[in-house]
Amino acid sequence: MTVSYADVAVGTALPAQTFPVTRFHLVRYAGASGDFNPIHWNEKFATSVGLPDVIAHGMFTMAEAARVVTDWVGDPGALKEFSVRFTRPVPVPNDDQGSQIAVSGEITELLDDRRVKVTLTATHADQKVLGNAVAIVQLA
Amino acid sequence: MALNAALVGRSYPRTAPYLVGREKVREFATAVGDTNPACFDVAAAQALGYPDIVAPPTFAFVVAYAGSSKAALDPELGLDYTRVVHGEQRFVFERPIVAGDSLVAKATIEAIRAVAGNDILTTRVDLDTEGGEHVATTYTVIVARGTAEESA
Repeated sequence: MTVSYADVAVGTALPAQTFPVTRFHLVRYAGASGDFNPIHWNEKFATSVGLPDVIAHGMFTMAEAARVVTDWVGDPGALKEFSVRFTRPVPVPNDDQGSQIAVSGEITELLDDRRVKVTLTATHADQKVLGNAVAIVQLA
Repeated sequence: MALNAALVGRSYPRTAPYLVGREKVREFATAVGDTNPACFDVAAAQALGYPDIVAPPTFAFVVAYAGSSKAALDPELGLDYTRVVHGEQRFVFERPIVAGDSLVAKATIEAIRAVAGNDILTTRVDLDTEGGEHVATTYTVIVARGTAEESA
């Protein structure tokens, strides 16, 4: 499925999603990405450098935010630009529940060439974890 | 320790080619929970107009990392990598990365700043195919906490 430029407007909301993040997700992401920084899997190390707990990879959070865009448009190649600021770490306790990252987005500008600007909001425990999260998306 | 601002504009040699394999794309898509068939199934990717399965967008960071770390680990830069956190990330895509791409990463130091006692490094990485086709550009801002000298 694809989303047509003709069917959207400024203010159109993307379907929001909530993504679980447990130690399992972090270990799996470490392996797939090659980022084995121990702050993402070893709480003894994480707390020794002043963190409250093991924290999620920023790039994992960014990947989940991207999914709100690519799941909506149905094409992983539709994302033309994507930028974020990592404003706050996502701590991930060593339990079965882990943490949750909630991501929503809406169209904030219509651009040329059937592209739109999407502004995303990502929160953990009701606090923003990404700032200036903006995507440029190619629509059909 | 302040970073060596004389390195702004320095580019680093291109990395050895990274051959993007189908199983790596599938592994990465699984790790980020992306279930789009175009990330797994060649026919589904081709139905969207791509030659092979498509990597989720942030996979570009994985390929670019070998390039950006050349800059961050440059001994002349003086970065204390043990105190580094990821501050900002930006991707600009000419097209998505697909399985079969053989990509080289060329890093350039874009900016060096010191803000509130933190050293801040911006590195740009150009990802091109071995054949010279431009695929994507990544911009990574890393922050070394509490390492900047007090400015006079």
